[in-house]
Amino acid sequence: MLAAARAIVCRDLLVAMRRRSDVALALLFFVIVVSLFPLGVGADPALLHAIGPGVIWVAALLSSMLALGRLFEADHADGTLEQLALGVAPLGVVVVAKAAAHWLLSGLPLVLIAPLLALQYDLPPMLYGVLVLSLLLGTPVLSLVGAIGAALTLGLRGAGVLLALLVLPLFVPVLVLGAGAVEMAAAGLGAEAQLLLLAALLVAAAALAPWAIAAALRISLE
Amino acid sequence: MLQAAGLHCERGGRALFRGLSFEVGGGTLLRIAGANGSGKTSLLRLLCGLLEPTQGEVRWKGEPIGRLREEYSRELVHIGHAAGLKDELSAAENLGFTCALAGVAASDAQIHDALARVGLAEKKPIRQLSQGQRRRAALARLALSGQVPLWLLDEPFAALDALAIAEVQKLIAEHAGRGGAVVFTTHQDPGLAGARVIEL
Repeated sequence: MLAAARAIVCRDLLVAMRRRSDVALALLFFVIVVSLFPLGVGADPALLHAIGPGVIWVAALLSSMLALGRLFEADHADGTLEQLALGVAPLGVVVVAKAAAHWLLSGLPLVLIAPLLALQYDLPPMLYGVLVLSLLLGTPVLSLVGAIGAALTLGLRGAGVLLALLVLPLFVPVLVLGAGAVEMAAAGLGAEAQLLLLAALLVAAAALAPWAIAAALRISLE
Repeated sequence: MLQAAGLHCERGGRALFRGLSFEVGGGTLLRIAGANGSGKTSLLRLLCGLLEPTQGEVRWKGEPIGRLREEYSRELVHIGHAAGLKDELSAAENLGFTCALAGVAASDAQIHDALARVGLAEKKPIRQLSQGQRRRAALARLALSGQVPLWLLDEPFAALDALAIAEVQKLIAEHAGRGGAVVFTTHQDPGLAGARVIEL
């Protein structure tokens, strides 16, 4: 079962490495959106400090959305999704492996590049740790919750818009807690409460989302 | 081994078949024939559990397949209409992945031999192969699935040339000879000796 999960992650990473443009697209989108705001709102340091965490988090959320459409679509089109559903690993394990690969390709790069982009907002270096930690806890939740929407809208006409309408409201708690953690730390207050709540969301998503994704996929496969 | 009991199937509000019952034992070949749209692919998807019947049930060794799930998956090979191959990967990489997913242990040498058996020694990515070569790459899995008792094959001979058809026929006959069961759909009689036929 674990061998099958490992094979799925390795395969998705290998496919992504041979189709680098897809991975680069979401990352470039994140970089461009985060970089546009300082150009649009001006160079007022107080304003940039205030909006920085929120902008980075909204951009991370939209960038994660951008990659969600492809999570199951390619596998559905070429028939490998049927093989995944008929494999020896339970579908719940399969979708966790798919979501993990999705996070490694679309979430982790954002986490790693975020401190560099935060320079544009002149955020104090002491906030970088909180920013990275909040993204590290929050972006896997985006992948897991987003996968439910991706599975539900699989094969539907206008799936991209429907996916955004379904999933974006579900991302709100992650956005509020993630951006809030950095803002709290910037105000000199502890960010522990937000980070712990983000960790709790991650645990809840990891425990519940796989079964919801698997059930949605079974419906879509019919 | 495999039992279909009173299967009803409706797709898009249209009944494809009603009250379909049959059994497939070890060493049996069952050909599902019928015109386009008669429900051959749907029947195969019902048999592997990808589709739920409107009525009736599919049983494997007496147990409903819905209850067995992964236990049943371990005992079957399903090759559907779509090749189930990643365009970016080579035939060997795809076959290795498929085997890992199906819980079939296969070394690099075995994978190479399986591909050679269907006349595919290409290291090119799948997207550079012809339709027939893609089909061969998908069917190479059969050469490594001798121990899997049930094969469900949707149009296994489509897009293949005469040599490849003969090789796939040989693989199927060998599997039946080992006591395995093969259910396959075709429009035309592939000339496999001893195959029972269900006309939809």
